[in-house]
Amino acid sequence: MYTQGLSNPDTAAPAKAAEGAGLAARFQERVDAEERIEANDWMPDAYRRTLTRQISQHAHSEIIGMLPEGNWVTRAPTLRRKATLLAKVQDEAGHGLYLYAAAETLGRSREEMFDDLLSGKAKYSSIFNYPTLTWADMGAIGWLVDGAAIMNQIPLCRCSYGPYARAMIRVCKEESFHQRQGYEIMVALCRGTPEQKAMAQDALNRWYWPCLMMFGPPDGDSTHSDQSTRWKIKRFSNDELRQKFLDALVPQTEFLGLTLPDADLRFELGEGDATKDGARGHWRHGSINWDEFRQVLAGNGPCNRERIAARRRAHKEGAWVREAAAAYAAKQAKQKLAA
Amino acid sequence: MSDVKTPNTPLWEVFIRSRNGLAHKHVGSLHAADSTLALQAARDLYTRRGEGLSLWIVPSNAITASDPADKGMMFEPTVSKAYRHPTFYDVPDEVGHM
Ligand SMILES: [Fe+2]
Ligand SMILES: [Fe+2]
Ligand SMILES: [Fe+2]
Repeated sequence: MYTQGLSNPDTAAPAKAAEGAGLAARFQERVDAEERIEANDWMPDAYRRTLTRQISQHAHSEIIGMLPEGNWVTRAPTLRRKATLLAKVQDEAGHGLYLYAAAETLGRSREEMFDDLLSGKAKYSSIFNYPTLTWADMGAIGWLVDGAAIMNQIPLCRCSYGPYARAMIRVCKEESFHQRQGYEIMVALCRGTPEQKAMAQDALNRWYWPCLMMFGPPDGDSTHSDQSTRWKIKRFSNDELRQKFLDALVPQTEFLGLTLPDADLRFELGEGDATKDGARGHWRHGSINWDEFRQVLAGNGPCNRERIAARRRAHKEGAWVREAAAAYAAKQAKQKLAA
Repeated sequence: MSDVKTPNTPLWEVFIRSRNGLAHKHVGSLHAADSTLALQAARDLYTRRGEGLSLWIVPSNAITASDPADKGMMFEPTVSKAYRHPTFYDVPDEVGHM
């Protein structure tokens, strides 16, 4: 999801013996009892590292995620659409900041984490490396990308790490507006002229597969999941979340009168929630191009360079503002001392 | 430019009074060069949907926190002294609610 770069294994040394099996066992007991772990509590080094990486990647994703939509703010078709898109993008900035603050409680500074993003050392979600070519992409992103994010973030509200869980509660409250405004755009286009509906279909065609990839590699390939599940950071597997997303997506697509670009999409009877026709089972997607996913994560997606270049430029152009604010604050503090 | 380290900006804790009659409650933290900028950032970051009527900004380093390791020593007496609670005392039923 927003933290896909986690799929590489943790290579750090095993916990020092001095830290003791006792502390680790006590920690796991607390986690098992659904107690929340707070910033100053003892935690295994690997737990701290995993969370720092996960939360900061999530924060970076929110920040980079402003760029594809920011692209359309000045070209929104009406004032209403412009105001809502602006509010959504502003929310994403807020999400990034809540998350950096949560990550900082684990010991690294926001500036260090942000520098890692700018240098290319840190990862962010693959989804934000795809271009936003038409206005319909604003609909597809809100509906699908924010929709997928919600699937992933709701269970994170119960993450064992208190500061992360609390940040996620705030984020989730705001996300539902994001998804609804996106779907509203899609409804408007699908009820519009044939050209507008075709534009909506084209956006769906381009975003469907990358959105399925957002949930990360299939369960068999994900080396991190087991430990994260034991630590109650992760509550559902990648495939489970992807399944929930797809089951919700199919009827929403039907309502729009659009078609998912997946020739192998099929309904499989079995266990699962009933559809509106009363059938029980799950929708199954065709095979995902994981090579594309790996390429995008490795930096070779259509917009990777552009995204990082945009952040670097903004950071550089904002440097004088940060310097001026710091100089002014230092001067005020000095005058206060002298008074 | 990204090989140059970005200097740290001070950290602030944000408290919001959601409505009159309620206490200010901690909602999170943020970075800002000074308290004026912190207040403005808190308004943008934490009150975009009518979350409150009043904001407090406190430098994070001004907070003294208890150590979780001292939890036993600090808070145990509140558990063992049951006689601090009204239910510890027997009052005959005939007396009624007290
Ligand atoms: Fe998001
Ligand atoms: Fe977000
Ligand atoms: Fe969002």
